[in-house]
Amino acid sequence: MKSKSPAYPYLLWMLIFTIIPLIMVVYYAFTDSNGNFTLQSFADSLYYTDVFVRSLWISLLSTVICLAIAYPLSYIMARAKKHSQNLVVMLLMLPMWMNFILRIYAWVLLLQNDGLVDMAVKFLGFDVALMGNMGAVVLGMVYNFLPFMVLPIYTVMLKIDNSLIEAAHDLGANKFRVFSKVVFPLSVPGIISGITMVFVPTASTFLVAQYLGGTGDKMIGDVIENIFQRDKGVGSALSLALMVFILVFIVIMNKFGDEEAAVA
Amino acid sequence: MKKIGTKIYVGLVMLFLYLPILLLIVYSFNDGKTSVWKGFTLKWYVELFNNSAIMSSLYNTILIAVCASVISTILGTAAAIGIYNMKRPLRTIVNNVSNIPIINPEIVTGVSFMLLFAFLGGILNFEMGFGTVLIAHIGFCTPYVVLNVMPKLRQMDNSVYEAARDLGCNSGQAFRKAVLPEIMPGIISGLLMSFTYSLDDFVITYFTRGPKFQTLPIEIYTMLRRRISPTINALSTLLFVTTIVILIVVNVRERRAEKARGEY
Repeated sequence: MKSKSPAYPYLLWMLIFTIIPLIMVVYYAFTDSNGNFTLQSFADSLYYTDVFVRSLWISLLSTVICLAIAYPLSYIMARAKKHSQNLVVMLLMLPMWMNFILRIYAWVLLLQNDGLVDMAVKFLGFDVALMGNMGAVVLGMVYNFLPFMVLPIYTVMLKIDNSLIEAAHDLGANKFRVFSKVVFPLSVPGIISGITMVFVPTASTFLVAQYLGGTGDKMIGDVIENIFQRDKGVGSALSLALMVFILVFIVIMNKFGDEEAAVA
Repeated sequence: MKKIGTKIYVGLVMLFLYLPILLLIVYSFNDGKTSVWKGFTLKWYVELFNNSAIMSSLYNTILIAVCASVISTILGTAAAIGIYNMKRPLRTIVNNVSNIPIINPEIVTGVSFMLLFAFLGGILNFEMGFGTVLIAHIGFCTPYVVLNVMPKLRQMDNSVYEAARDLGCNSGQAFRKAVLPEIMPGIISGLLMSFTYSLDDFVITYFTRGPKFQTLPIEIYTMLRRRISPTINALSTLLFVTTIVILIVVNVRERRAEKARGEY
């Protein structure tokens, strides 16, 4: 039991199937078809800057909306009876067991022309296209990733010591001050991990925008998928850019989270 | 008043989460292809079971999930033991490399596997298919096994193993009789996690499957590309019901086990 050798097969595995594939992404991003060094792929990638920005914008909107819905829900859940807490957690997790393509497809059924929501909206006298716009993409993202925001915030809120809240009340704080000075600061680590868990997958998701969005709503994931069929170089450059961006984002969020934890 | 407000809020979130799924289920019994109710039918279910493409892709999905989760569990458990025995700087590096497939955007992992397999396929003359999908799935499942087993190793009292050796076990026996039972819960949850992630994966399979190999999520994607058929509703319904049944069975068994242990 003191030996490192059981890990050797996995070390070899990681070398071949984790490290080398990533090196290949870097290699293709920085070379032309003859294997010579070039930055041309990155220059070509600049063409997709607006797609990149739009993806981040969609992710940001989805993350903010998820947070707005999830925070009150987590607060309510953490204060509910144990039995109903378990029930709500179960109900939140259940849709996540369904494949995400099917979850998106369910929204296509609702929003498409003569879908149920579409008919209801028409019945109320509005005639707007519910699908094929950025709003529908954001809706799909929120639907897909809401549980990832609720669960970390809820977990952190559960851990808040009730005697802290009582102490604040006893010392004369009103409800608002108890929330702003005690509950909210203590829940920040949950918010941070919730933001990471929603923002990262939404920024790199593909397919959701293809199903729910219009032609102008493509996201960076859709572009990467599409472009690899034609140009490995540009595809690799875009993948590399996405990877670096996500890593930097995670590092910053972790730093931020650590500092918050240190203050609290 | 406040209680009612919170209940309405939780209810609305649940409605948001479940309305699309419930409608999918209702439409799977609709005798008509649009959102308008035309009467009850089971014909989409009959069509589903007669669809050989869906049935064979279901078989592929389960086969991949079983193989990938079993191999990942063995590889990952051995790796966790080896990594546990490593010293500080090396252990941190290995853990970080192991976590790359978890942190990296799925699409980047998928693309990097595709580049590797396309390159190797060119040299060794093979086509992407069952084998490459299996390797990719083992690649993204094993880190989760390591993450699940590692905490159990840390919690374990090291002297258990030494005591077993002192009492005359050889190292293999000591491992099986003393260590394995201690880390078993971690191994099981790693196995289950790998199995569900493999079943559900679309993105990485999409990039590594080659021209012919189909799994269920890929098949659903292809079906949705062609036309929207209520057969997909029937399929979604069956998958959802299966999930609920499995979750209930697991929950009930856990409750019983807890009761039997007198913890409940």
